[in-house]
Amino acid sequence: MNDMNTTQHTSQQYNHELEEARSKLMTMGGLVESQVTNAIKALLDRDSALGEKVAYSDHEINAMEIMLDEHCAEIIARRQPAASDLRLLITIIKVITDLERIGDEAEKVGRYAVEMAETPTYGDLHNALRHLGEHVKVMLSDTLDVLGRLDVAQAMQVVRNDQQVDEEFDSITRQLYTRMLEDPRNIKDSLNVTWCARSLERVGDHCKNICEYVIYLVKGKDVRHTNIESIRETLLGE
Amino acid sequence: MTEATIDMTTTALPKTNTVTSGGREEFAHTISGTIGKPYLDGKDAKFFCRGVNVFYAGEKQAIFDVNMDIGKNEVIAMIGPSGCGKSTFLRCLNRMNDTIPGCRVTGDLKLDGEDIHDREQDPVLLRARVGMVFQKPNPFPKSIYDNVAYGPRLHGLAANRSELDEIVESSLRKAGLFNEVKDRLQAPGTGLSGGQQQRLCIARTIAVSPEVILMDEPTSALDPIATATIEELIDELRASFTICIVTHSMQQAARISQRTAYFHLGYLVELNDTKTVFTNPQHQLTENYITGRFG
Repeated sequence: MNDMNTTQHTSQQYNHELEEARSKLMTMGGLVESQVTNAIKALLDRDSALGEKVAYSDHEINAMEIMLDEHCAEIIARRQPAASDLRLLITIIKVITDLERIGDEAEKVGRYAVEMAETPTYGDLHNALRHLGEHVKVMLSDTLDVLGRLDVAQAMQVVRNDQQVDEEFDSITRQLYTRMLEDPRNIKDSLNVTWCARSLERVGDHCKNICEYVIYLVKGKDVRHTNIESIRETLLGE
Repeated sequence: MTEATIDMTTTALPKTNTVTSGGREEFAHTISGTIGKPYLDGKDAKFFCRGVNVFYAGEKQAIFDVNMDIGKNEVIAMIGPSGCGKSTFLRCLNRMNDTIPGCRVTGDLKLDGEDIHDREQDPVLLRARVGMVFQKPNPFPKSIYDNVAYGPRLHGLAANRSELDEIVESSLRKAGLFNEVKDRLQAPGTGLSGGQQQRLCIARTIAVSPEVILMDEPTSALDPIATATIEELIDELRASFTICIVTHSMQQAARISQRTAYFHLGYLVELNDTKTVFTNPQHQLTENYITGRFG
């Protein structure tokens, strides 16, 4: 994070508290990233042991969310932060909610991975899922980069990438319709694939949210619930 | 259009190289007019200030080219580090600087379109229209009643005793003090508690029906409860008066004002909606001050 955010306060202790919040946030981000990576790996490699591990590790992320919430609340109560410090804390509080939900999605994928490890094959869908999974992993890792470096240009790129993830999800859904219509015996595992794809697509949505918060943090402009063009116009309008 | 055309630096704030303790000459070039919304529509402006400079004896300049409007029925807070000129500027508004030997004010200062430095302008009448409350409560060594009645008597605002009684009561009521002192109006004003004394001074200011009230750190000598009472009072008074308040407490400025002016070494750096100043200040100097980054 650049120098506008956590350093140069007259109070060294305040610097330290903000820096600590920020570094815990990055730790939580790393944890979430490894959960998502493992969940996708378990799903694609039909590794039920790994799936189970993911499903049972979510509590660590939940605990970090609670700890960071408390830490931020304490800083707000003690320091009455303003301006960029205030935006930083608001951003952290919001980001950790999205990170925690990404953790939940990873947990779900982990559970489906256990169930689907038994499924003999889901054909072309395996490739489609792999592709979606790769895409989401890159998106999440970019998002953590954005958080670490407060890079607005990259944040906008992630927001844009979410559209592609949405399109891939739609395409998987269409394939699944066909598959279920062809043979009703496919419905059970097709539904499992749907839920997994849905979870991965949700991870993309949360990444997009996080990047929008970072734009708010850096630019002081709320760009949620707008499209990429309006975001660009908002930022150009300064 | 590509991303490259957007300012992608991690902060949109104007950069200065000397944001902490630099001298005036080091940062003056970074100030090109006041950032934010210093001007209002003509009809909403109570005070019109253009190109205001203040020099103290020996031509030491304390205020540099301040341009701003102060709105009707608005609470405007002036903040900034010690020696930034906020109190000096406040005192320009009712010509209190006239009382300081060697002090010279230049520029346009208009109250409702009238030049307050006009030859015809009587500073005593001006100060009745633009009242002032100081940091330390300063009641006269007289009774509570006489403290409030002093101004109306001086300006002949009451035709008889009952009218004067009415002015005293309504002023004390507006200042939120009447119920606490109604049984001892003849007791000395100096016998009240600090918070009560300050409200007495506010009542004394209100008694001459001013249009603008200037407050120079009115709560810095008070405890939090008395402070909250005065802040609540300021919010109520806004319906009838324009209030300019100088405060060292940024939280106070955030709580009570609609617009906040940030002064730095004699310059009005930023004047913006209070919400903007405290969530997303537009100037790096404001940001540094608000977030406690001054060394």
